[in-house]
Amino acid sequence: MSAKRSISRPGSDAIRDKGWLAANRYLVLRRISQLTVLLLFMTGPWFGLWIAKGNLASSLTLDILPLTDPYLFVQSLAAGFMPASSALIGAAIVIAFYALFGGRIYCAWVCPVNVVTDVAAWLRRRLGLKSGRAPDGNTRYWVLAGSLLAAAVTGTVVWEWVNPVTILQRSLIFGLSGSLVVIFAIFSYDVLVASRGWCGHLCPMGAFYGLLGQKSLIRITADQRGRCDDCMDCFAVCPEPQVIRPALKKAGQESPLILDRDCTNCGRCIDVCNKHVFHFTHRFDQRSDS
Amino acid sequence: MSPASAARRKFLNGIAAAAGGGALLTFGSLLAVRPAAANPAQALRPPGALAEDEFLSACVRCGLCVRDCPYDTLVLAPVGSDVAGGTPYFRARSIPCEMCDDIPCVKACPTGALNPKLTDIHDARMGLAVLSDQETCLNFLGLRCDVCYRVCPVIDKAITLETLHNPRSDRHALLLPTVHSSHCTGCGKCEAACVLPEAAIKVMPVKLAKGALPDHYRKGWEEKQKHGGSLIGDQLEMPVRGLEGKAHGDVRVDTPPAGLDSGWKP
Repeated sequence: MSAKRSISRPGSDAIRDKGWLAANRYLVLRRISQLTVLLLFMTGPWFGLWIAKGNLASSLTLDILPLTDPYLFVQSLAAGFMPASSALIGAAIVIAFYALFGGRIYCAWVCPVNVVTDVAAWLRRRLGLKSGRAPDGNTRYWVLAGSLLAAAVTGTVVWEWVNPVTILQRSLIFGLSGSLVVIFAIFSYDVLVASRGWCGHLCPMGAFYGLLGQKSLIRITADQRGRCDDCMDCFAVCPEPQVIRPALKKAGQESPLILDRDCTNCGRCIDVCNKHVFHFTHRFDQRSDS
Repeated sequence: MSPASAARRKFLNGIAAAAGGGALLTFGSLLAVRPAAANPAQALRPPGALAEDEFLSACVRCGLCVRDCPYDTLVLAPVGSDVAGGTPYFRARSIPCEMCDDIPCVKACPTGALNPKLTDIHDARMGLAVLSDQETCLNFLGLRCDVCYRVCPVIDKAITLETLHNPRSDRHALLLPTVHSSHCTGCGKCEAACVLPEAAIKVMPVKLAKGALPDHYRKGWEEKQKHGGSLIGDQLEMPVRGLEGKAHGDVRVDTPPAGLDSGWKP
């Protein structure tokens, strides 16, 4: 199989060797997870069966469990407002969860924007688009700092006026107009301007969750890296390709663990690898075949 | 160029690009944001909402108040609306606030953007009703519509009917709906109920509707009551020529009977 075909259709070898379902296992699980999160909010308005109320910014599940997005909470703080205890408890629970289990699993397993940018990346690979220029990957941290600074200067949560992530989540859950505009904007940006542009370079929410899960437990390991035949499928499919090299090629580290905070734990590298190089594990698992 | 300086240049370029991109995005978002507290006059905040600029720092746009509003009064502003995107509001003319005793919207708010100290809905000040058009209000035209007065949940306190002589017919009264800011919660039921195609009474944000007296103004009658009597002593009563036999202040002139009372017979 030629390298070019592999880049446009990463995972085709894995589908041949492992079967379609095994080669898309984590993709399917993530789509189920993302859809389930939205459905938990929709059973109320659709069937009168209230499981989760509110939206991903802040919610109340089964009238008992408060959850608040810590990035929104911090923006409120920066704007000079101390949110009430319910939001405080909600944010603490969310922070504890993601700090423990992996910050950016929010991006890969919860956030609906991920579906849009995954499809955009898929289309870009298929069409073989190389055009456009992605901003530096650190831009997201500047946007994060800028959003907090802007909140402090203006005294309002200014980023939330334009934050496409919360706008999409809110519009979907509350049936407001705006979903299509946001989807179209992010999709065309990712397809035409910058490969993996939004989630991988700009989104300050992703940056925030990345920082949050810097030391989190769940990690992907390239423990069977000796079997790697350099087919490049994992690099082609990974939303944050720079995170793979240190673990897979021992670039600057001996450990086989992908420890970069940008890794979203999406598991696509596990899916597309027909050599079974990658596995989910915890951050203390140093086992490796080489 | 040495490899070290090339690497340094690349690093600095990266930093500059990131800083530039970040700054551009931030300022772009700032530009896209209209000044706070510029909501349209007909968009009212839920009960207990903090002052607009503070509200916009406190509200995380989760919509929990919207979900717990039993009358679907509250809605979240969509993107591109003239109300800050994602924040809750209502329009009195579409669905007014029913002033629930337990105030579920305030209880639902996780951040305190709707102040939990509001426990009596009668203390809510979502807006202030204004009888904004005296030319079309049916009561001002001399009819007995009274609908705004009748539907007011704080009837006889927030809206009273003030009686005035009707100079057009010269034999009827005008009963003028009059709003009292000390009791009006801004629920909007009067505006919703106004029978005209366009309401003559409208609820507006308090800031827009309410005037303010200068600080140094004192009302003589209030000062007199506080003091327990006139502060300047009793007024001198001077005799008025031609009215010597009458009580002080009675300036009615005795006129010969006329009209129906004239006693004239054909």
